[in-house]
Amino acid sequence: MADQSVAQNANELRDAALGLAEKAAKLADSLASGASDAAGNAAVAVQGSGVSPTVLGLTVFVLACFVGYYVVWKVTPALHSPLMAVTNAISSVIIVGALLAAGPVEMNFSKMMGFIAVVLASVNIFGGFIVAQRMLHMFKKKK
Amino acid sequence: MSENLSAFLYLVASVCFILSLRGLSSPESARTGNILGMVGMAIAIFTTLASPAVLSYTTIIVGILIGGAIGTVIALKIQMTALPQLVAAFHSLVGLAAVFVAGAALYSPGAYGIGTAGNIGAASLIEMGLGVAIGAITFTGSLIAFGKLQGIVSGTPVRFKGQHMLNLAIGIAIVVFGVILVVTESHTAFWILVALALVLGVTLIIPIGGADMPVVVSMLNSYSGWAACGIGFTLQNSALIITGALVGASGAILSYIMCKGMNRSIFNVIFGGFGAEGEAAAGAGGDGDRSVKSGSADDASFIMKNASSVIIVPGYGMAVAQAQHALREMADILKAEGVKVRYAIHPVAGRMPGHMNVLLAEASVPYDDVLEMEEINRDFGSADVAFVIGANDITNPAAKTDPASPIFGMPILEVEKAKTVLFVKRGMSAGYAGIQNELFFKDNTMMLFGDAKKMCEEIVMHLDN
Repeated sequence: MADQSVAQNANELRDAALGLAEKAAKLADSLASGASDAAGNAAVAVQGSGVSPTVLGLTVFVLACFVGYYVVWKVTPALHSPLMAVTNAISSVIIVGALLAAGPVEMNFSKMMGFIAVVLASVNIFGGFIVAQRMLHMFKKKK
Repeated sequence: MSENLSAFLYLVASVCFILSLRGLSSPESARTGNILGMVGMAIAIFTTLASPAVLSYTTIIVGILIGGAIGTVIALKIQMTALPQLVAAFHSLVGLAAVFVAGAALYSPGAYGIGTAGNIGAASLIEMGLGVAIGAITFTGSLIAFGKLQGIVSGTPVRFKGQHMLNLAIGIAIVVFGVILVVTESHTAFWILVALALVLGVTLIIPIGGADMPVVVSMLNSYSGWAACGIGFTLQNSALIITGALVGASGAILSYIMCKGMNRSIFNVIFGGFGAEGEAAAGAGGDGDRSVKSGSADDASFIMKNASSVIIVPGYGMAVAQAQHALREMADILKAEGVKVRYAIHPVAGRMPGHMNVLLAEASVPYDDVLEMEEINRDFGSADVAFVIGANDITNPAAKTDPASPIFGMPILEVEKAKTVLFVKRGMSAGYAGIQNELFFKDNTMMLFGDAKKMCEEIVMHLDN
């Protein structure tokens, strides 16, 4: 009887010890991951040094708007149609994004979308520049 | 290729684009400018192809070949009169491409370095949402504009009760799903957002009449730029941001110039000005008992032959009748006779900015003879003949004298000041604004009824004799 109860107690004790060990391990894990998170955040903070890419992009954007404003007002009204064709062609620089999507080796949904976007943007690039060139050719000085 | 080098090359491409627009400041430098634009595009494409993210080239080359072939064939075959619808169609492609690029970025963000699936940064998602919404609106909006210009969709404004409320509701729904997209990165929210924006593109453009399409086309030009910008922010690519801003600014300025040419605000054009009521009034417009003086090609050739200065005012009717070549022939003969011939272009003549200039250039009219409204308006007083061909509202003096007129305040070409006004017109129908032109009934006006091209050819015949 006594032996049995001692054995039972021993077993319970062992189980409890095991549970405790598991908990300790989990705690250690979470601490470690927390530490690595903190390290990661610190690294990001050091690398970004406060200015996010979005803000840098915004800076470029606002300056480009001003450049666009002044350059476009200088365009002679006679050439407003070619201007539309050219801006149409260069707005297809969006092909850059399409190429990145179509770039990976394995075929998947986003590569398909990239491919379609490459086709669409190419129609525009070739079409826009060629139509503009055709129009501008007509504006040659007549002799 | 290192990231720094590619960023530098994207900058070079952007500078090429800026210079290509700068080149358009005069016809002499314009062709060089266009070639710089092509160079810039080539640099941007090759820089991207050389980036480590691009590993497989077959799909890309096939895509470029297919798209390039289609684009080239269309661009070489297109008639110059069909330019406005071509440009509208091209805009729709940019919009659709933006939608697909944003979709690709959402499904495999790794390719763009904006995180992993399910873990895209909030800033990237906001930019993506903006880019895709504008892109989708541009796509369907441009398709409708294309349809109206091509005559597939009726040019008459489609209006119904609660239209603005519907647009507002869709707009709010787009914002809501945009927020859901940013918070949850849900693909479903993304596609609902796309669907709503596609619908909004249609409902925004259908209430706008055919003759207001120049403003719409320039506005969509602007949108396609902003869409590229939005995608540029997502990809953190400066070339896209800069180019998008250039295009956006360009389209906005062109819309502004067109609106000013009609003395209307952009809101007036978008949310409905004349057009709907105009069309109804056109039928009822009574010219009943008043008489007009009509003449023949023979009379016209006699008057012009004896004039010392003729100013030609072309409008959309000239484009429809393809009369520009016959018109130039007529002008050449007059010039040989010692008559001073010039052309006056109203900012909203035709169906796209600069439309008339291109058609005249196509017919080999020297561009020095083609003048803008501000440059030539004072000269009508000293001109013997104003030859109006296919234009109407832009010459209507009611814009200056009649405060009740729908076009009151619109700057016009003051053809009534010329000694004789010759009006080439198919019939007595009113112009787009649906109002009668007082000019038709003036003593010094002679109507030349008939097809613009045939009329010019007949005048040429009589001049030759």
